[in-house]
Amino acid sequence: MTKGFFTDTSVCIGCKACEVACKQWNDLPDDGSALTGMSYDNTGQLDASSWRHVKFIERPVAREGVESTLGEFSWLMMSDCCKHCAHASCLEACPTGAIVRTEFGSTFVQPDVCNGCGYCNAACPFGVVDKLVEDGRSWKCTMCYDRQRDGFEPACAKSCPTQSIQFGDLDELRERAQRRLDELHAQGVGAARLYGESEDAQPGTGGLHAFYLLLDEPESYGLPAAPMAWSRRAADGWRAVAASGVTLGVAVAASALAGRWMR
Amino acid sequence: MEQPRCVLQILKRHYARYTPEMVEAVCGVPRASFLAIAEELIRNSGHDRTSYICYAVGWTMHVNGPQIIRSAAILQTLLGNIGRPGGGIMALRGHNNVQGTTDVSTLYETLPGYLAMPSVQDTSLQSYLDRHTAHVGLYGAYPQYLISSLKAWYGDTATAENGYGFDWLPRLTGDASYEASVAAAADGALEGLIVIGMNPVVGAMHGALQRKGFRKLKWMVVRDLAMVDTAEFWRHAPEIDRGEVRTEDIGTEVFVFPAAAHTEKSGSFANTERRLQWHERAIPPQADVTSDLWWIHEVGRRMKAKLAERDDPRDRAMRALVWDYATPSAEEDPDPEAVLREMNGVDEHGRLLRGSSELRADGTTRCGMWIYAGVITEEGNHARSRTPGTADDPLGHGWGWSWPANRHILYNRCSARPDGAPWSERKRLVWWDEASDRWTGNDVPDLPLHTAPTYDPPPDAADAMARLGGTDAFIAKTDGKAWLFAPSGLRDGPLPVHYEPVEGTVRNRLYGQQTNPARTEWRRPDNPYHLAFADPRFPVILSTNRLAEMYGAGVMSRWLSWLAELQPAAIVEMSPAHAAELGVASGDWVTIVTARSEVEARALVTPRIRPFVIDGQRAHHVAASYHYGRKGLVTGDPINELFALAGEPNTTIQGSKVTSVAVLAGRGATGRSVVTRGPLVAEPIPDAGVRRDLEQVGPHVEGPHGYLGPAGRAFGLEEDA
Repeated sequence: MTKGFFTDTSVCIGCKACEVACKQWNDLPDDGSALTGMSYDNTGQLDASSWRHVKFIERPVAREGVESTLGEFSWLMMSDCCKHCAHASCLEACPTGAIVRTEFGSTFVQPDVCNGCGYCNAACPFGVVDKLVEDGRSWKCTMCYDRQRDGFEPACAKSCPTQSIQFGDLDELRERAQRRLDELHAQGVGAARLYGESEDAQPGTGGLHAFYLLLDEPESYGLPAAPMAWSRRAADGWRAVAASGVTLGVAVAASALAGRWMR
Repeated sequence: MEQPRCVLQILKRHYARYTPEMVEAVCGVPRASFLAIAEELIRNSGHDRTSYICYAVGWTMHVNGPQIIRSAAILQTLLGNIGRPGGGIMALRGHNNVQGTTDVSTLYETLPGYLAMPSVQDTSLQSYLDRHTAHVGLYGAYPQYLISSLKAWYGDTATAENGYGFDWLPRLTGDASYEASVAAAADGALEGLIVIGMNPVVGAMHGALQRKGFRKLKWMVVRDLAMVDTAEFWRHAPEIDRGEVRTEDIGTEVFVFPAAAHTEKSGSFANTERRLQWHERAIPPQADVTSDLWWIHEVGRRMKAKLAERDDPRDRAMRALVWDYATPSAEEDPDPEAVLREMNGVDEHGRLLRGSSELRADGTTRCGMWIYAGVITEEGNHARSRTPGTADDPLGHGWGWSWPANRHILYNRCSARPDGAPWSERKRLVWWDEASDRWTGNDVPDLPLHTAPTYDPPPDAADAMARLGGTDAFIAKTDGKAWLFAPSGLRDGPLPVHYEPVEGTVRNRLYGQQTNPARTEWRRPDNPYHLAFADPRFPVILSTNRLAEMYGAGVMSRWLSWLAELQPAAIVEMSPAHAAELGVASGDWVTIVTARSEVEARALVTPRIRPFVIDGQRAHHVAASYHYGRKGLVTGDPINELFALAGEPNTTIQGSKVTSVAVLAGRGATGRSVVTRGPLVAEPIPDAGVRRDLEQVGPHVEGPHGYLGPAGRAFGLEEDA
């Protein structure tokens, strides 16, 4: 059964319980205590020791459907994590077979196989997988593979007090997300949209097993509008090479012919 | 209701000036926002709907905090939102057991169960009981509650002949709140201090004055999870760093005991719904860590052993004290259920009481705290029970135990109409069942079960409960009614009014009186106040707040890497306009100054903060998080250093939520303080035309250590209403 996360950012309150629960369950180190000065976000990014990251976006746009005295301003929050792409660039790029697709449909870096080459770091279209300086290996969200094996939901979803992070069967989550989207649209939140909910919606990744409901364009959340799997981009590249090769050949032939003709 | 001097008409006249326009002018809250909230509250209140008001210390930590809460009580009473499901006023506590600690009385002016601490005027048990026993309602049983408590504490030594040991209880002789104690300590008048699970140099106001007091103590005991800032005041403090105070000159002997966390000890938590939930320890305390229960029990045991060797009348209370909690061994915790059983109480046969109605005033019942009577019975410890709510019991009476009597909603007689029928099907809770001639429903009825809705107490009613009529829902009040107008019990008056903070930026537009006239102050050179408003030296409004990632004074978050990294610095949030004027950007250092101290923090520039426009004047506002100190994984200056000692007249709760400040770009001389440096800033300009307030309002007296405030608080006397 394919499992996934549906993260409904419209109800995220920015408490960061998911970040702490993730670090506690997975026993991840802290990543230093520097103030970023970017709203309440002092995590900054997903990396080898932060597998959940709550983004705080202060934007000069009023939030639809919400009465506020702040005028043209709203504060968006979003708990980000590994997207567990259907076409996973990290998995495709991994030369050792360390990254596998689990029985739950998630992607998983096997720490005992990873040789630290870092190809997955470069391949990920979301910049999620990261090498830990201390041990040289790459790490990311496991969708709490160990908890799932024991029949528990991932720590982040378990700790989320507003059910912004929902865990379950991917098909069921997709239906739930559509219902929530319809509800928000009916409430006048026209900008609400799903992100990566299916292959149709996001062909570049084949759809995300951790998909989102956003209240603005993906770029507002620092997400690529049209992420592309490494292999697909590579395939496009080879096609382009092939096409240009043919063009070049034709051109060479043509010029040769032309030359001959001109002579 | 039409009578011009009835309470409703007085209320209407009193609040006539509080118009939406006035709210906008005084608070800076747009009229439209205020009206939207008011209309929503009215729309959602009535027979079929109820509304709830939740508040936290942003409402209480002001010199008129309790009056702010009373405003909510008046509003909820008028809207019919008391004693009904989904209604009420909820105090969101700063910790999970604040309710429990207040219940058992960690406050100096109460005895367990909210009974009054005797004062110097209580020369005998009888005079005390005469003063507190009500003619009508729940507190008609004051003698039962108090005498059963005395029997629980003093056991067989307490007899009718010796007034059950009433004279062994201490008497209030003055204000013994933390603020008053700080002022006393700063003058060298305090010998020792025991600090358990508290980090006052961060959490309480005017840290420099606190540390001045600590330096004059003979000894200090700190019990906490980590080596908190308070425990190391003698080596990690601004005045030490600057060389103004030398560690070797401090004579205070400091004892630090590592304390067990909740995972290492068993006991109960009482939440804001008054619900007790028992928890079991997961692991025993490691190494030399001990639980607070073990430590207090051990201190009591050793004190009793020492006092047994001498015969001094002043030791009578300690000698009489029953201190026999079952302890498996000297190293192990006493059985916490033994403490619960003492609070619950027993009859003369040692049988656990089933409720406070079984208490007697003849010395045959022992009960350490009447409100918990019934929590542990012969059937077991009900705080342990874990049966979730069901369709038949939607409130979940099988999950933990709520005091009193496992009643979930107080004053729930209000959930039925005067005739005893529910106001609506949707909001039914308890109702009168004519067939069985009793109250019934989904909660434990909060009045005598067989008091019919039509009951009119006869002049010769048997007791105080029988003097409650069939519609007297407010059984803890001395007339059974809700008090829109409070004729007694509050030192600062019967109806809440708007006062500006002790130190604000604008004149009180509603009254000539600027701030709460009954507040307590400590007027002394090391606790200087700003002008009450428009002080040219301090033009900016500072408010303090918490961050979701941080916990109180920090011991449970600043020492924990996973939380510390999420909010790694003391931040002060400010508007883009203010930041532009100062020339600072997010992450830059700023210095915040008051007449007491100077602290540094990192700026966080955000449109969420906007200048206030109050009474047509614009004032910048900065919002600062107060969690930080010099110890822990992440450090910062404690914002509460900036505040003066100033207290609320009924509770002396610190007024530490708002003050006037100056904000400067860049780092200053860290922690410059009036306590060690003398006046920080020029004295107020004498001809500025502004004074603190009308000095002569109210019965103020001068007390010890600079005290200026109500006489009752100064000398432990109860004022006449």
